[in-house]
Amino acid sequence: MKKFTILDHELVPKHVLLTKEEKRELLERLAIRPDQLPWIRASDPVAKLIGAKPGDIVKIIRKSPTAGESIAYRFVVP
Amino acid sequence: MPQVKGEVKVIFAPSKKIKGITFGLLSPDAIRKMSVGSIITPDTYEEDGTPIDTGPMSLRLGTIDPTQKCKTCGNRVGQCPGHFGHIELAKPVVHVGFVKVIHQLLDATCQKCGRLLIAEEEIAKMRQMMKERPRLWSILKPKVVPKVVKKAMKTMECPHCGEEQSKVKLERPTTFYEKTKTGERRITPDVIRARLEKIPDEDYEVMGFNPKLSRPEWMVLTVLPVPPVTVRPSITLETGLRSEDDLTHKVVDIIRINERLKEQIDMGAPMAIIEELWDLLQYHVTTYFDNEVSGVPPARHRSGRVLRTLAQRLKGKEGRFRSSLSGKRVDFSARTVISPDPNLSINEVGVPVDVAKTLTVPEKVTPWNIDELRELVIRGPYEHPGANYIVRPDGRRIDLRYVKDRKVVADVLAPGYIVERHVRDGDVALFNRQPSLHRMSIMAHKVRVLPYKTFRLNLCVCPPYNADFDGDEMNLHVPQSEEARAEALTLMLVEQQILSPRYGGPIIGGTQDYILGAYLLSHKTTTLEREEVERLLFMCGKTDIPRPVILKPKELWTGKQVISALLPQGLNYTLKASSCRKCRECTKSECPHDAYVVVSNGELVAGLIDKKSIGAGEPESLFHRIVKDFGIAAGSWFLDNALKLFLNYAFMHGFSMSIDDKRLPEEAIKEIEDALKKAEDKVSRLIEKYKRRELEQLPVKTLEETLETMIHEVLSNARDEVGKIAAKYLKPTSRALIMARSGSRGSILNLTQMAAAVGQQTVRGERILRGYFERALPHFKKGDLGAIARGFVYSSFKKGLSPLEFFFHAMGGREGLVDTAVRTSQSGYMQRRLINALQDLHVEYDGTVRTADDKVVQLKYGEDGVDPSKSDHGKAVNIAKTIEKVLGVAALE
Repeated sequence: MKKFTILDHELVPKHVLLTKEEKRELLERLAIRPDQLPWIRASDPVAKLIGAKPGDIVKIIRKSPTAGESIAYRFVVP
Repeated sequence: MPQVKGEVKVIFAPSKKIKGITFGLLSPDAIRKMSVGSIITPDTYEEDGTPIDTGPMSLRLGTIDPTQKCKTCGNRVGQCPGHFGHIELAKPVVHVGFVKVIHQLLDATCQKCGRLLIAEEEIAKMRQMMKERPRLWSILKPKVVPKVVKKAMKTMECPHCGEEQSKVKLERPTTFYEKTKTGERRITPDVIRARLEKIPDEDYEVMGFNPKLSRPEWMVLTVLPVPPVTVRPSITLETGLRSEDDLTHKVVDIIRINERLKEQIDMGAPMAIIEELWDLLQYHVTTYFDNEVSGVPPARHRSGRVLRTLAQRLKGKEGRFRSSLSGKRVDFSARTVISPDPNLSINEVGVPVDVAKTLTVPEKVTPWNIDELRELVIRGPYEHPGANYIVRPDGRRIDLRYVKDRKVVADVLAPGYIVERHVRDGDVALFNRQPSLHRMSIMAHKVRVLPYKTFRLNLCVCPPYNADFDGDEMNLHVPQSEEARAEALTLMLVEQQILSPRYGGPIIGGTQDYILGAYLLSHKTTTLEREEVERLLFMCGKTDIPRPVILKPKELWTGKQVISALLPQGLNYTLKASSCRKCRECTKSECPHDAYVVVSNGELVAGLIDKKSIGAGEPESLFHRIVKDFGIAAGSWFLDNALKLFLNYAFMHGFSMSIDDKRLPEEAIKEIEDALKKAEDKVSRLIEKYKRRELEQLPVKTLEETLETMIHEVLSNARDEVGKIAAKYLKPTSRALIMARSGSRGSILNLTQMAAAVGQQTVRGERILRGYFERALPHFKKGDLGAIARGFVYSSFKKGLSPLEFFFHAMGGREGLVDTAVRTSQSGYMQRRLINALQDLHVEYDGTVRTADDKVVQLKYGEDGVDPSKSDHGKAVNIAKTIEKVLGVAALE
């Protein structure tokens, strides 16, 4: 039997870990420190599953009623 | 020109700086130290009216009498800050505000040695942390302390001296009992005080207190401060009688009992008498602090009025904090009832002369306005375009009310003076109606001084203020500086606010009679004679009359021609009117009901102008298009003139509604009765089926619920059907029908309820079943599921409701009222909290939404970056309308 992961659930948007390069590029583009982004706990169920560690940045791609698809970023904190 | 003398710059060197504020308890010593003397006489004044020196109104406590000097500081009323006195209490009493803390302290410490009932090592451990890691302690304190105290309260044997502990019980509000083996024993305040004294500072600190700021025994009062008289001024009535402040009354009570108690003790009276007086003293001190303590009857004035003592002065909406400290009040404002005036511009507000004579605008005297201002000064404060004050260049104010010869004052007027003249036509004022829920609740208007006593406003601005004229009052504020006026004029003027920032549509627009007038004027059958057309068009300053469509036998114009004259050149637009019948297939401009509005190059070609075209809050309306494509000025011109014309056409036409508007022919009534009968049969068949358990159950519903839904459906269909019949038979000339069609007032539903049947009444979305067991009223059988028994109203309002129907209708109506009352308060509170949470968010230049400390909330505002105030109802572009605009209407046809 296939094990269920919460990532398969429809209401869980797609979470992607950013690479170091992407991270640098993002912070440069927004001209911000990582802690100015909204936070996500490393203990968050999705963060745990994709292996996010404190200091990482997670990209969240979700459906949006206004824009079709929207992108948000979360800074992983302990 | 006068020379501007060199200004003297005053620089204040800070002598002392406030670093912080700490709160603590007043020790008896501190109270005595700050006191100017003991207050021992329970009377306020001598026979001759001089204050008694040892009484609560003593001159040593400061003065409130302008003729007297303070005995302590020698200052007079304004200067003397007031001074505290004190009362030495004959016996200690508990402070009500601290009973909870006292209870905890008594229960958590040893009765014999006063130590905290926690093992020595543990106390030492915590003291160590306090000393060595003070920052860590300050974090942990709120978590650790309650646990420690709780544990100590449970300990029944002292770990320090081995004494067995008894539970201390608090009998609210101020009595303490001790539970011993032999029974309950009362602990008097002096015993409490003695026990609290024994608690060592070290243990007290572990319980989270700071012994430097508060010792536990200070929570039991031995000395009571008497507040300065400036805190409790007495009022002299016109009759010459003096009326004392509530606090003074209370202080007098305390002194009187205290003196009695002192006497009794000195006389060596029996314990019972002393205790009785002691309790009385405790009562007076308690109510002196807080007169709303539960379990104590509130202290009353001789008249039976409840006294307003210390806690009451601070607490609540009318207390010192919310009312006096956070409360804001302003000058240069006015408030009265509002009333409508369609002849004002939307940018104007009618101000009563009396108000205009009180509100002033400071105007600097210059060589260009000096003659005019002189005239105003001469006219003075009591004649309308006049002036109330003059401010000389040295800052001295001259009140024109007390000037004997104003001509003399006017003559000395020179550039550099400031004249505070009455507000007059054209001045800017901010107009506001509470509740101020959105920014359009305060808008700038231009003043128009008018006779009578109400503020007047154009009806088109009612929707943003949510105002009507059933007694509403509004506020007016007059900006005093050039900057404020400029800002108000460019940002807040009504015409700047036509488009709502919420969705980009107009929130200002026609209502009621305006819509009706437009509908009647644009009606196909409307023809006007030359005189009428001239009268109407001249009203909006139009002097060129279009060519009449009919020349013989008489020159006749259509209403649409008149409307076309008001539309801007180059306007191309189509929309479905509110009178649209929603036919299955739309024939567009060939609409048989004339409900498809077509405007081609500023010419109204077809369609009825109604709510959808000029109504307030209607998105995509004709008016919206005018504002968006031709600018705010065109929009406000349209509101001022076109809408005035519509209204005046309504006057010309005349319009009244009567009961005949809802009269239906015999056959219609018959048809309605048949339809209702059919529905009733259907319902009884359903009930039969249900009773025979043959009803097919709907998913996720019980059998009962299934039946309810099905009956509900049948009955609501019946009402709809009946409504259609009524609409079919109602005369098209029925005024009520015209109002509903045009959207000016009422709906088709209202009409069918009046003409055909009122329909199902509901409470909480269900057919009515409350009041009696399994039935709504004793007139029905228990468990009757039929239509009538559960609140279906067969009658129409015109026919009249039967008593039972009337009762059901009242039940449904009451729920509606309660709902609105509850909803407004709840949504109001929710909105307050939302605004509080969101007020500092802003959109940065890079398009991100940030908080005040620059944290990112959204990468793009609303995730699509659309500014709703510039959008078409939330969408960035309306493609269909854009194509129509570019290609012109003709291309679409």
